[in-house]
Amino acid sequence: MAILTKEQAKALLTKVLSYSKAEQCEVNLSGSDGGNIRYARSSVSTSGGISTNSLVVNSAFGKKSGVATINEFDDASLEKVVRRAEELAQLAPENPEFMPFLGPQEYGPESPTFSEATAAMGPKERADAVQASLNQAKENKLNAAGFLSNSAGFSAMMNSNGLFAYNKSTDVAFNITIRTEDGKGSGYATKGYNDYTKLNTKADTAIAAKKALASVTAKAIEPGKYTVILEPTAVAVMLENLFFDLDARQADEGRSSMSKPGGKTKVGEQLLDERVNIYSDPWNSELPTSNWNGDGRPQQKVNWIEKGVVKNLYTSRYWAQKTGIKSLPSPDGAIMIGGTKTLEELIKGTEKGILVTRLWYIRPVDPQTLLLTGLTRDGTFYIENGEIKFPIKNFRFNESPIIMLNNLDEMGRSERTVSAESNTNYLLPPLKIRDFTFTSLSDAV
Amino acid sequence: MLPAIPVWGNEISPERALEYIDPAAKKILSDVAMNAARSKGATYTDVRVGRYLNQFVVTREDKVQNIVNTESYGVGIRVIANGCWGFAATDKMDKDSIAKAAELAVSIAKENGRLQSEPVKLAPQKGYGEISWKAPIEKNAFEVPIKEKVDLLLSVNDAAMKGGADYINSVIFTVNEQKYFASTDGSYIDQDIHRIWPTFFITKINKETGKFETRNSLSSPTGKGYEYLDARPEDKIKTASGTLYKGRYDMLEDAKQAAAQVGEKLKAKSVEPGKYDLVLDPSHLWLTIHESCGHPTELDRVLGYEANFAGTSFLTLDKWESKKFQYGSKEVNITADKTEVGSLGAVGYDDEGVKCGQWDVIKDGVLVNYQAIRDQAHIVGLDHSQGCCYADNWSSVQFQRMANISLQPGKKPLSIADQIKNVEKGIYIVGDGSFSIDQQRYNFQFGGQLYYEIKAGKIVGMLKDVAYQANTQEFWNSCVAVCDKSDYRLGGSFFDGKGQPSQSSAVSHGSATARFNGVNVINTARKIG
Repeated sequence: MAILTKEQAKALLTKVLSYSKAEQCEVNLSGSDGGNIRYARSSVSTSGGISTNSLVVNSAFGKKSGVATINEFDDASLEKVVRRAEELAQLAPENPEFMPFLGPQEYGPESPTFSEATAAMGPKERADAVQASLNQAKENKLNAAGFLSNSAGFSAMMNSNGLFAYNKSTDVAFNITIRTEDGKGSGYATKGYNDYTKLNTKADTAIAAKKALASVTAKAIEPGKYTVILEPTAVAVMLENLFFDLDARQADEGRSSMSKPGGKTKVGEQLLDERVNIYSDPWNSELPTSNWNGDGRPQQKVNWIEKGVVKNLYTSRYWAQKTGIKSLPSPDGAIMIGGTKTLEELIKGTEKGILVTRLWYIRPVDPQTLLLTGLTRDGTFYIENGEIKFPIKNFRFNESPIIMLNNLDEMGRSERTVSAESNTNYLLPPLKIRDFTFTSLSDAV
Repeated sequence: MLPAIPVWGNEISPERALEYIDPAAKKILSDVAMNAARSKGATYTDVRVGRYLNQFVVTREDKVQNIVNTESYGVGIRVIANGCWGFAATDKMDKDSIAKAAELAVSIAKENGRLQSEPVKLAPQKGYGEISWKAPIEKNAFEVPIKEKVDLLLSVNDAAMKGGADYINSVIFTVNEQKYFASTDGSYIDQDIHRIWPTFFITKINKETGKFETRNSLSSPTGKGYEYLDARPEDKIKTASGTLYKGRYDMLEDAKQAAAQVGEKLKAKSVEPGKYDLVLDPSHLWLTIHESCGHPTELDRVLGYEANFAGTSFLTLDKWESKKFQYGSKEVNITADKTEVGSLGAVGYDDEGVKCGQWDVIKDGVLVNYQAIRDQAHIVGLDHSQGCCYADNWSSVQFQRMANISLQPGKKPLSIADQIKNVEKGIYIVGDGSFSIDQQRYNFQFGGQLYYEIKAGKIVGMLKDVAYQANTQEFWNSCVAVCDKSDYRLGGSFFDGKGQPSQSSAVSHGSATARFNGVNVINTARKIG
């Protein structure tokens, strides 16, 4: 199935709903086309193309609901999937947390999530982009391992209460690791865009190559507490764990870092440095995301952390109704307001510190304090008197993003970056942090 | 690397999961794909017609949250053309769509051929003709009524809540992979694979301080049927920490002891950091084996194919070629095994049609072998693949994945009680917890579910805020004793993540309780606002 227009999706969903005999019926329709190339050892290792689509029917009788899915779109198949969802609903136990489907919603203007250039990418465009990266590595006698993927898709939903939502979007993702031939240096770059024309695989490969060459002959320094400058890619993997923890129900139930004794939460409290402002905005031109959530709720501009104070938590519709809090869905991306300095200016203003270009294998250690562990990777450097002096060996850290954002020294300019853990895109600044805790050395390059 | 995002599918009825597609129909579709690819210039083609079934029964406290049955059915076609791999997949199961997907795979291979430095070279593989393999399960979990599963989970939840838990989430997750593999080598292999993972997560909160602790189930995901939930007396190991499970699992009993233990955890002493002798239970040690031995002996990591994501390996080819790289102590014997009954990785044939087997990876502490697939075998001088190829779905391309990697039990009689009795200052760790390791598998940090302080050969109480950090080679060389085979147990994961796009693989790791001397333990307690 090609990417359906808003009108085509509406017509198909209207037809599906016409078959419904349930008290309520809600239908989600989606489709995507995409492809990828993975390369290593200066050759393609795997590559592929995949096209998928599906139609999900959710039928409800009282608090009993049933879901059925299909990927065939002739009239008989559409009617069959509706009947199947109704049969399953009748057989299901009552769900005490079932919420009636939403009525019509206001979603505001469309978000600029779709790029024709990305949608038009095929095997040739992918191979051309990878060739530019491989040539850059070969010219410098470096080993390249990378991954390029693109996809174009649409999502639409309609229900028997009058709700209709539609969005189409494109994504292109590129990440590259460059290693020196002797295996003593390694550098990384990652980029994500909606619009393929913004991607420059040659330039990104050059960034990774520069880090690889600069990280050769790393020296070991003692683990301990250091001032660090985290590049946005490293900031992403720390802060996203804080974003994941902004769930109202977990906080209310007393089992997250947002909980307080006695069933209270940290909403309204000064949790972080007063310069920390984190929000989401579906219409941000650098990080556009869908203006509606998968359950039909509108995505809006929401301040999650304002001047270091927790302002909002996201929640399911059920929990919002039960507790009376605002019904905010979790956002598709997050934005932290940065400062005005470049990364180079942050380094220049640092007397002694460590530049961390990437953090890796981040895992929670203690959910109560949001303590995380992980390691530096692909280029870590010692800074003295405003200059990078020498590459250093990698460290393991044990640190909480909450403690980290209380030890905030300075912020640089925000830029679009990608989490190498979750593949989520964010707008984040480089951060200069005091007393970041490194607990042991690693020999890994 | 754990965890990764699993692949689900379309929702279906429980009854439909019991249907099985006739291999003859899958053969017709496979031949369509192979003929279409050959006509466009492919020199090799393999076709995987896959039907992947999942069932989740999800509850919390006194509520059923979700019952979902999913099916993912489609075909993945891999070709070599112009010396390069190409892959395409479709869920449209008519002949025209499959032929078009095969043609797309060839066009991708041809387009990428210009990027190759040398052509793909496959280890020879004979065709097996039309054959089948079925996992030797006793009770198909998909045939067990949903009500039985719901009743079990709600009784588990009830026991935990009555035992003092504040919250419990419990799940029974069942998997059936119906995989058909065909290749231009002349194989048509039909396989039926089953897995099950019953588990729960308990939380208890101190209402005054707001402190909370959790205790996860001590079950393992396993390559068994529903019989896994039918524990007999011989499947239980009674220890000073409570009951541990071998081969089968008593979920209700574990929930009761977990509710008591999570209360103890709240009151436990915070660990004094320093060097300790660690006694590690198989319910914990499987994950350390997975990360620090399973991954670094994967040949794709050694060669650099994973450099951009999961990483490379410190076990470089020169260490293997030397035949004397001391990965661990003499007590450390680690095998790869794709055939162990009841393990998650057990199959008859891998996803490129290679018959599976067993081999040594670490012998008497020395690195002796890796885990390889067909297009890597020649790089390490092998004339055959070791059968480690796997794709997590028809829509994913197959590549090298971890075999079951297990620490062999000690040859002399040694019980858990003996291990503890011999320790002066130590910690006995049960269950898996927090985990992290670097991209070349040198430096790791692990936590657990239960930590018991050992003083002068006796368990003296529970500890909390424990994690140990070590270097892989130092750690395995500090292994001084492994319990005998009567204590050998399998742990494992449904969600070993690797590759780009990331794929999940299920893999088991066996061991008996083992002792490691002088390991660095840190205290993980912190204060926030």
